Amino acid sequence: MIIFDHVTKTYGKKVKALDDVSFEIHNHEFVAFVGKSGAGKSTILKLLIGEEHPTKGSVMLDEVVVSQIHEHQKPALRRRIGSVFQDYRLLPQKTVQENVAFAMEAAGRAQKEVDRDVPRVLDLVEMKDKAKRFPHELSGGEKQRAAIARAIVNRPEILIADEPTGNLDIFHAWDIIKLLLKINALGTTVLLATHDYEVVNALKRRVVTLEEGRITRDEEKGKYILSDK
Amino acid sequence: MFTAFNRVIKSGFIGFWRSGWLSLATIFMLMLTLFVLAGLGFMVRSADYLLMTLQEKVDVSVYFKPEVEEGRMLRVKEQLLLVNGVKDIEYVSRDEALARFRDQHSQNEVIMQSLEELGENPLEASLNIRAHEAAQFDAIAAFLENKNYENDIDKVSYTQNRDAIQKLAAITRAVRKGGLVVVAVLAAIAILVSFNTIRLAIYAMREEIGVMRLVGASNWFIRGPFFIESILYAVIASALTLGIWWPILQKYSPAFDRILPGLHLFSYFTSNMLLFAGGMVGVAILLSVVSSAIAIGRYLKV
Repeated sequence: MIIFDHVTKTYGKKVKALDDVSFEIHNHEFVAFVGKSGAGKSTILKLLIGEEHPTKGSVMLDEVVVSQIHEHQKPALRRRIGSVFQDYRLLPQKTVQENVAFAMEAAGRAQKEVDRDVPRVLDLVEMKDKAKRFPHELSGGEKQRAAIARAIVNRPEILIADEPTGNLDIFHAWDIIKLLLKINALGTTVLLATHDYEVVNALKRRVVTLEEGRITRDEEKGKYILSDK
Repeated sequence: MFTAFNRVIKSGFIGFWRSGWLSLATIFMLMLTLFVLAGLGFMVRSADYLLMTLQEKVDVSVYFKPEVEEGRMLRVKEQLLLVNGVKDIEYVSRDEALARFRDQHSQNEVIMQSLEELGENPLEASLNIRAHEAAQFDAIAAFLENKNYENDIDKVSYTQNRDAIQKLAAITRAVRKGGLVVVAVLAAIAILVSFNTIRLAIYAMREEIGVMRLVGASNWFIRGPFFIESILYAVIASALTLGIWWPILQKYSPAFDRILPGLHLFSYFTSNMLLFAGGMVGVAILLSVVSSAIAIGRYLKV
């Protein structure tokens, strides 16, 4: 279970990215965080993986107080949470297969497991035939599928996806969303940050709407309703 | 643990290979640094050798009047040996001096003839004194100016060239001191240049380092391959630098020997090969490992 308890995050003195935000997310949920750019969606995800620390309040993942985590505890936390980003963030000098294997190797998995799981997960994201390609030889959709494969290969409890469809056309965007739903169906909690309201409205899952760092709506089977629309 | 170790080494080699131009550039900069450092080393060695040979050549000869007995001259020698700074003294008797003179001038008939005509040995017995340093000649001079020997000594040869010797010694010392400053400055420049090259190479990798952190890699798992890469850079750069110096020294060592006989830079290089190779690898590893470790640290804070 993820708990955000009265979390405020300010950058510098003026910029308030999150303002007294509280919510809970249960295991196996699929939650979409929506809002305009700068509403605070990405900040929530960054706080969850310990990339940022809250100015006030606390962030918990089960028994771990993420908001007070030490530098050396971060790797262990990040093996419980797979991350996918708008800009893919693949390692450019490694092939698709090596990118996925890297997450397992970093987690200290045995070579036997790596040899068994990497092809499986590449099969799941339909990238088996592109396993030996380098990132610069892939299209945007393919890069994102490789990134998702890397994010889920350690069977994380949670998958966070920060604007994963932001650089993709609508066809490939749906491909990625379907993949996220499939991963959720296999038992992984999915947190999706997006400003793509068509995607959100078609999902019919929990939607948390953010405006200027505050939560304005939080609904099961919600819709993305723009306040100025 | 063992698999992790293997993975780090393997990924270090792969990273080295795939970095391509960046690896080449880093190796080249390291080579340049090592080349300059070794060159400076040879310079210092030559300067030292020059100073040493100069000091060897510096000596004082004391010529005794013909009537002085051998026993008395040997006593002077014994006492001179006690003077501070005296390295060794050679006693040359009148007969010995004549024999050497004949030997030196055996080709010159005019000299040989005039020697025959003279009938007796015109040469004086002498003591050739060598000091450890030119600066110590003052003590020797003071000893010889002693009243006790005034009547025995015909002449002391240093009086003619003492000033020149001391000036030369002062100059070599100054050159050596100044040279060390130049060496230090050049070495610092070379080291800073390679340090910056490596920092730039790591800077190019900063996003990858951040991604590795986000994927859950521990710091040492990220640093490890860079560490291996740095060692590879160091070893290759050292080998290439030795490979460049070898033919250069082989070719030009005889030319240097003509200026400074007995310097033998090439044989100095080959007989100390292990020391050079070890020193270069040591310096290069220290440089590349320390620079990359410092550079990586900045990007691990994700």
